Amino acid sequence: MSEELDAGLVAEQIAESGRLGEPSGAREVGRARRRKEDARLVTGRTTWTDNIQLPGMLYMAFLRSPMAHARITRVDTSAARGRPGVVAVYSGQDLADEQGSLPCAWPVTEDIVIPDHPPMAVREVRYAGEAVACVVATDRYKAADALEAIEVDYEPLAAVTDMTEALAEDAPLVHESGNRAFTWKFAGGDIDAAFRDAPVVIERTYVQQRLIPTAMEPRAVVATTDGDDFTLYSATQIPHVLRVMLALTTGIPEHKLRVVAPDVGGGFGSKLQVTAEEVLALLVTRRLGKPVKWTESRSEGNLTVHHGRDQLQRISLAAERDGRLRGVRVDLLADMGAYLMLVTPGVPLLGAFMYNGIYKMDAYDFTCTGVFTTKMPTDAYRGAGRPEATFAIERAMDELAHELGLDPVEVRRRSWITHQEFPYETICGLTYDSGNYEAATDKALALFGYDKLRAEQTDRRERRDPVQLGIGVSTYTEMCGLAPSRVLGSLSYGAGGWEHATVRMLPTGKVEVVTGTSPHGQGHETAWSQIAADALGVPFGDVAVLHGDTAISHKGMDTYGSRSLVVGGVAVLAACEKVKDKARQLAAHMLEAAADDVEFADGSFTVRGTAEGKTIQELALAAFAAHDLPDGVEPGLDAEATFDPDNFSFPHGTHLCAVEVDTETGACAIRSYVAVDDVGSVVNPLIVEGQVHGGIAQGIGQALFEEAVHDSEGNLLTTTMADYLIPSAADLPDFTTGRTETPATSNPLGVKGVGEAGTIASTPAVVNAVVDALRPYGVHDVRMPCTPERIWRLVAEAGAPAPAATAGTGEPAASGAGETTTSASTPEESAR
Amino acid sequence: MPRITVTVDGITYEEEVEPRLLLVHLLRDRLGKTGTPVGCDTSNCGACTVLLDGRSAKSCSVLAVQADGSDVVTIEGLAQGGEWHPMQKAFHTEHALQCGYCTPGMIMAAIDLLRDDPDPSEEAVRKGLEGNLCRCTGYCNIVRAVRRGAQEMSQARQEREVPAS
Ligand code: FES
Ligand code: FES
Repeated sequence: MSEELDAGLVAEQIAESGRLGEPSGAREVGRARRRKEDARLVTGRTTWTDNIQLPGMLYMAFLRSPMAHARITRVDTSAARGRPGVVAVYSGQDLADEQGSLPCAWPVTEDIVIPDHPPMAVREVRYAGEAVACVVATDRYKAADALEAIEVDYEPLAAVTDMTEALAEDAPLVHESGNRAFTWKFAGGDIDAAFRDAPVVIERTYVQQRLIPTAMEPRAVVATTDGDDFTLYSATQIPHVLRVMLALTTGIPEHKLRVVAPDVGGGFGSKLQVTAEEVLALLVTRRLGKPVKWTESRSEGNLTVHHGRDQLQRISLAAERDGRLRGVRVDLLADMGAYLMLVTPGVPLLGAFMYNGIYKMDAYDFTCTGVFTTKMPTDAYRGAGRPEATFAIERAMDELAHELGLDPVEVRRRSWITHQEFPYETICGLTYDSGNYEAATDKALALFGYDKLRAEQTDRRERRDPVQLGIGVSTYTEMCGLAPSRVLGSLSYGAGGWEHATVRMLPTGKVEVVTGTSPHGQGHETAWSQIAADALGVPFGDVAVLHGDTAISHKGMDTYGSRSLVVGGVAVLAACEKVKDKARQLAAHMLEAAADDVEFADGSFTVRGTAEGKTIQELALAAFAAHDLPDGVEPGLDAEATFDPDNFSFPHGTHLCAVEVDTETGACAIRSYVAVDDVGSVVNPLIVEGQVHGGIAQGIGQALFEEAVHDSEGNLLTTTMADYLIPSAADLPDFTTGRTETPATSNPLGVKGVGEAGTIASTPAVVNAVVDALRPYGVHDVRMPCTPERIWRLVAEAGAPAPAATAGTGEPAASGAGETTTSASTPEESAR
Repeated sequence: MPRITVTVDGITYEEEVEPRLLLVHLLRDRLGKTGTPVGCDTSNCGACTVLLDGRSAKSCSVLAVQADGSDVVTIEGLAQGGEWHPMQKAFHTEHALQCGYCTPGMIMAAIDLLRDDPDPSEEAVRKGLEGNLCRCTGYCNIVRAVRRGAQEMSQARQEREVPAS
């Protein structure tokens, strides 16, 4: 922790987060409970999909295209079939009649092109790594060996990896129908009026580089069959959605298909998918009548786990001279890759509603073109659309501040929605229900020691210190708790956004909560237990949470988009309330009182004004025995509930980052990082803090380290963890986190969701800091990831620093590097 | 096929193995020791870290034949008599894990780290764990956990050395 941090405030924060002690009192919600799920995870008793061994199990391995784009003229599997241990070999053609097309569930426009997407390529491959054939053998080594004996003849076709080139008239076609998948437009207010005679216009182009989500657990699938019943174990975030989609894709009837998500080692959106391998494992097990397993290697995974981001953003701000925003215009190219996967086209659209950020403006205009290229498809990655949007607006706001000679925090204050203005209907038509940007920002500034760091920055600039200090701020809000189903429907999303829970009091008084959410590190077992324990007045340890198996949890929409607590956690609460209603009826009957006279407290129902009562455990036993139930009341103390909120939730926050940039080497090191997030009411502060930490690390990864790089032929150059760098412990500082709490109004828990917050806020905070450090050198943008080489080149080309600038503002463009107001830094310019 | 003898978590196994079989696959697929997961194929992630004759080793980059005659401790062999190792406790207490996939390797690497530096600074922990990647936690709590584990281990050592009178 750096010495600038205000120690008192930090201690207060830490105490608040529960790290130094747990709040007294019986309430579980709000308490920093250590997690139930840890016991199996720290002792190695976990059930990862790859741990599953079934009698007679076979292993699958895939032969993958070494070319980004080619016609398949011949696949000869005969030699491979003869290899030791090989049970079967299939080409795409062999399975052509059964393999269907992988689904896209988000046709965002009516004229969208959704190309056929066979799990194994039949006639043409469109990205390097696409499966061409598969081997089934008795062990994983033999399966891998046999791949080498498959012969494939390819007739190379031209690759196209760049979106702008893909839209050119003479571009190689990824699909015969053309390289434009869709164009989606959205507007609010009079955008021409906002820009007409605008005193200040800022136009910028930002590159959202392609990312590889990199969950630590590689994907894995085990499929098995018993006659006409099928079970698929998969490292997936979405067992429920997957079951429906696989039934539709494979023709296996839904009621004969069980999908299990065992312990899942991280997802970040990358396991929110219906994958080729899942479909093929089912088809192969159906053909062979034997269980099959496939586990990807990391290098296979980098090629074939869907990628994230990959957008080219043109953003224009029109503003008054005092900094107030008039309007924002966004023209977005979004790389779909070669196919549209489950929610590929929806990702940029989720961002469409967020380019206005936390700001008031008169007009907004958004156009997105989805483009096909010969690369692995993109799809949801932590934040999905919203980090991209926040990055563009928050970078552009810094440029506005620079242009006007204002402090970057001040320029934000001039346009943000004040806390008195909530609920606030945004220019995008969303209603932000609650928030307090002032409070979060003030707290962040205090924790960070903003003024002191600005003073140091001035000093370093004046001294022409080769190690410059940069300070970056980002303020954000996001749209979480994906539901309401009605709204998702109006955006053409193929499913709903509700969530389901069942709560069962068992005869002995213990509780089972069955949830439709499907965690992969978020601690649902702990948090859902806390919610149920409070609602039912039972001990935390008396609650078990079941999930991730369609045979146990029959209904759900699964886990992504920070929706689990906001929708699923609330469903648990709603089911508990129903259980309590029933218990109250039963208590009234047994105590011979009117239900209205029965009060509930601390797990007991008592008749008002008397000591007479029944514990909820006694009622559970009575409901089980059913010897004396009131007329019309069914045995058992259990209930189901489905929650579909009437609005999204809108967490927000302010992140601040101080970066030291060595202008002689280009190296940059994060000196301190402060995050103040408002995620509404908090169920478990420990879990919230952990989610924020992890999110920040991933966002820093995008800012400084990560990029999926292709050569011009479309080959991925970053296939391993040696080439695709995710941050290690040595690359990151300790983060300081704080909270403000403005409860959401759209759910009774007041919760807003936290999974994506850190990732959304951190990327622009870090890049703003890096750019801030380099302003005296005339550098006004650094393309992500801000690698030492990129920074070094920019500094070397810019030459000597301009005279020392005013602290806190960088230097106004007019007196600085002479960049004009409306100059757009093209990606080429900033990409060096 | 070579025949090897290897002790894993206190049990000695004699196995015939292909020369190319990786130690991690011997542990996972043959001996059912699935507590040690695989995260990469380039020895970068550290998920597969075990103690090999007392020192941490990435079991995906050791051949089973190289482990002949060795003593291997995996995450499953850490708890003693039902009591978690202090490092396991510290990871739980500090919420140093989310999905938990990196956790066995982190814990094993941390234990080895403390052999050389029983009271590491934050920086030393960060440097020492550079070869173990976590995608969920952002490492703050892992660093805290390792330092807490270190404290508790040294306390336990002192208690053993100076029996309470
Ligand atoms: S699996 Fe061994 S280092 Fe990654
Ligand atoms: S806890 Fe998920 S990778 Fe570390």
